[in-house]
Amino acid sequence: MPKQQPKPHAKEPVRLPVRKTYKLFIGGAFPRSESGRTYQVNDADGTFLANAAKASRKDARDAVAAARKAFGGWSGRTPYNRGQILYRIAEMLEGRHAQFTAELRATGLPKSAASAEVDAAIDRWVWYAGWADKLAAVLGSANPVAGPFFNFSTPEPTGVVAVIAPDSPLLGLVSVVAPVIVSGNTAVVVAAPSAPLPAVTLAEVLATSDLPAGVVNILTGDRAELAPWLASHMDVNAIDLAGAGGGDVAALEEAAAGNLKRVLRPGDGDWTGDPGTARMTAFLETKTVWHPVGV
Amino acid sequence: MPVADFGDAGGVSTETLTSAAELRAFLNGLPGVDRVGAEERAARLASRSIKTTAKAAAIDLAISMVDLTTLEGADTAGKVRALCAKAARPDPSDPSVPRVAAVCVYPDMVETAVAAVAGTPVKVASVATAFPSGRAPLAAKLADTEAAVAAGAAEIDMVIDRGAFLAGDLMKVHDEIVATKEACGDAHLKVILETGELATYDNVRRASWLAMRAGADFIKTSTGKVAPAATLPVTLVMLEAVRDYRAATGRRVGVKPAGGIRTTKDAIKYLVLVNETAGPDWLTPDMFRLGASSVLNDLLMQRRKLATGVYSGPDYFTLD
Amino acid sequence: MVFEYAPAPESAAIVDIRPSYGLFVGGEFTDGHGEPFKTVNPADESPLAEIACADAADVDRAVAAARAAFDTVWGPMPGAERAKYLYRIARIVQERSRELAVLESIDNGKPIRESRDVDVPLVAAHFFYYAGWADKLGHAGFGPDPRPVGVAGQVIPWNFPLLMLAWKIAPALACGNTVVLKPAETTPLTALLFAEICRQAELPPGVVNIVTGAGATGQALVEHPGIDKVAFTGSTEVGRQIARSVAGTSKRLTLELGGKAANIVYADAPLDQAVEGIVNGIFFNQGHVCCAGSRLLVQESAADELLERLKARMATLRVGDPLDKNTDVGAINSAAQLARIRELADAGEAEGAERWSPACELPGEGYWFAPTVFTGVAQSHRIAREEIFGPVLSVLTFRTPDEAVTKANNTPYGLSAGIWTEKGSLILWTAERLRAGVVWANTFNKFDPASPFGGYKESGFGREGGRHGLEAYLDA
Repeated sequence: MPKQQPKPHAKEPVRLPVRKTYKLFIGGAFPRSESGRTYQVNDADGTFLANAAKASRKDARDAVAAARKAFGGWSGRTPYNRGQILYRIAEMLEGRHAQFTAELRATGLPKSAASAEVDAAIDRWVWYAGWADKLAAVLGSANPVAGPFFNFSTPEPTGVVAVIAPDSPLLGLVSVVAPVIVSGNTAVVVAAPSAPLPAVTLAEVLATSDLPAGVVNILTGDRAELAPWLASHMDVNAIDLAGAGGGDVAALEEAAAGNLKRVLRPGDGDWTGDPGTARMTAFLETKTVWHPVGV
Repeated sequence: MPVADFGDAGGVSTETLTSAAELRAFLNGLPGVDRVGAEERAARLASRSIKTTAKAAAIDLAISMVDLTTLEGADTAGKVRALCAKAARPDPSDPSVPRVAAVCVYPDMVETAVAAVAGTPVKVASVATAFPSGRAPLAAKLADTEAAVAAGAAEIDMVIDRGAFLAGDLMKVHDEIVATKEACGDAHLKVILETGELATYDNVRRASWLAMRAGADFIKTSTGKVAPAATLPVTLVMLEAVRDYRAATGRRVGVKPAGGIRTTKDAIKYLVLVNETAGPDWLTPDMFRLGASSVLNDLLMQRRKLATGVYSGPDYFTLD
Repeated sequence: MVFEYAPAPESAAIVDIRPSYGLFVGGEFTDGHGEPFKTVNPADESPLAEIACADAADVDRAVAAARAAFDTVWGPMPGAERAKYLYRIARIVQERSRELAVLESIDNGKPIRESRDVDVPLVAAHFFYYAGWADKLGHAGFGPDPRPVGVAGQVIPWNFPLLMLAWKIAPALACGNTVVLKPAETTPLTALLFAEICRQAELPPGVVNIVTGAGATGQALVEHPGIDKVAFTGSTEVGRQIARSVAGTSKRLTLELGGKAANIVYADAPLDQAVEGIVNGIFFNQGHVCCAGSRLLVQESAADELLERLKARMATLRVGDPLDKNTDVGAINSAAQLARIRELADAGEAEGAERWSPACELPGEGYWFAPTVFTGVAQSHRIAREEIFGPVLSVLTFRTPDEAVTKANNTPYGLSAGIWTEKGSLILWTAERLRAGVVWANTFNKFDPASPFGGYKESGFGREGGRHGLEAYLDA
């Protein structure tokens, strides 16, 4: 956090903190925006925090390509393995508890609330981690068809999911990303424009959690600029409009109809309650397989 | 068409086999049969609706394909003579009814049967090779066959050694068919697979090919002594085998479902199966037979219904 | 000998087609205020009846009737009582099954064997199946007390007119919703007979409303602000329009759209059953099947043998009078559809694929297209990419399982797929990788009310059938 300014009247040489460049997270790497654009992010008091990358439509395109590339491998992992990696994310997040608390405080939260939100975000990863190897049991079925066939249905990930993250910069973000990837989807996330820094720091957590490159890609910048490109992108299979402004939903849904994306409409914005399974099932397909039974 | 012509065999009977391993590899390399799919296909064909003129033609064809059979421990010369009379003239009141293809009896009844059908085109077929179980030394099986042929049987219905087949001794099964074929001389050889004991359609297909490669003129489903006897799907699989065998070798092998065929409806379903699987080339008594006895009266009864427009009854047809 | 089957027509005397039909709104047959239209018998182009056309005001009336029934009768009714109505409907469908089958074949052109043995039995089964859910919804995994969504607007296609009606109406009613359903313009008759069945069952007025008409009627229905849920089965293009039209509303949406299914035949397949599966996959219902196995992907090492068998088998297909019990392939549903099939088949030829049909005499009147197979098809050909929705099979080859899967998935659609091999592990490996909602292994085109059906990608979203099929009609 670039909060510490050198004290002007200090006699002894003051060590100048090393600031972090907040970049995008695409395909496991941290590139700047191809556009070269940034935008200034301030804290709740209006003090300069960072120049965040302002992603362009081309960055969005690259992120989709990275997510598509990662889909086969990630969805092909065993659910146990995905669960372990999600749990690893929780572990890494716990280790950076203080850092996230500080970043949330910068967005204006009091210390206790910021700390509680980090707790909740960690616990959310843990909650979803456990779902990885239970979804098929809960959502799948062996179907008793009227004939000599074994017939079973299993949930499968939809594919590449665009996530328009809500304004809640950490808990909201985790609450929309975790349910997308736990089942094997890959994600292109547009972080909350007002508070993008926790999202980039979360990317650092993801990058050190054995999550394969490209499974989660995080774009910072102008939501209204990026969302339409993702909504209309023909290689995106679904879109979560959690953070889309009320006025934009209709246009985004309309754009999403171009390739019949699965659309999850914005909810009530409360991320503290029991998450339930709806955010996972929104990005699952059901595959039904038939096979004859006979000698 | 000449009933004596058993297809275009052209002298091709057996192929040179290098080894038991080659035979096994060949048979196991045949495409598999999916039970559900095969049964579905047979049921689909069985739902064909054969009416009016098509039905009349089918009934006459079916009559001409019947191997009128008596294979009882209680068979007597009198019983066999009665059967032969029926075979030569199925409906004494209607000379337009075709004759059946053959009578089928035990070897010791062949002489009686031959005498009884003398002067008619009806052939005498004899079961042999320790029918129905086939559990006898090869020498006894061959003696059984030779005796039947010597007594005048034109067709021999042998049984394969199902025990050897299931135990994997395919060469034994093969060699016994070759030996029996040799013992037949000019008599035509029908090879009974006893599909009810082979249990799977994969085995039925393999046994069909094995029998054809060993020189069978016909492949036949069953002895009639084991349930299930002939079924539509089993016959479908065998018809596919003779079709494929002809495509591969040029030789046509006949098919004979036997046992369990009781009604005209049953018989016509088999003809539809032949028509749409092996094709019209098999729709002759040379290439397709129905091993049955009670079906004949039902065919006659249905025939009269078509001719007169009124339903008939069993009292109007002879029970032999 | 040549074994010719004599004609074996199912008697049409069992159906009584009236000269004209009205809309079914609030339990009564009423006039429509749009321009009435005719439905024709596609087998001979003879007009069957004049059908009322619902305009926007008629749709409004129907939605109001459905809303009233939802608020006052059907919504509050205990599930166990709703169940009994659905069981009643299932039973009446069984009782009148022959009549429904004959009427379906007359209006649609499909062979009586299929309407009698597939469509209508599945209709009864569907109502029977969902009847049983009506009082068990709390056990379905959507919370302890899931509520109905409200009024459903449902638009269905012409390929399985009555069966698609059942897929839409049975789960909707079981969950406590009321419906306004629009049957396809070319096949309204069985839906209108179904309205009579609702009356025989004494279903409360307004629970089921049927509005007939063309695209404009359907549009008025899906855009009506008074409906809570839209369910559509039909083309991907119309599905897209509907998705756009519900954008920004609170309406729930499920879509079951087009397909271009790959039917993968590995060299070790049970060949005879594979041939049956291919034939059933593409020639069932004249290929008017969204999940038709229209792209045959055959392993190159088995291609020649398979194609030889396939062509021999196609030569035994009996094309003709839909009411003849021995007909395998009936009439194309409409002149417009026939024109589309012809256009795409011609494009296939023009693009260099080799076209083959068995010798078969087509009737002089009516809409007919001979079963056709194209070999030498490349992924880039239109006939390998576009849904033809007719009896036209495109054959492509592959060398390895990876290539098969890649080619199979190389389409914007994802409704169904087939796999043929005797090797169990290869079936599961392939099934896992196919991006399709229904995978038939060593079988094809099987349907059951207990089995969820629906697509990936541009084949739509949501599932019909099974426990999964309840989700679209519950506010969980």
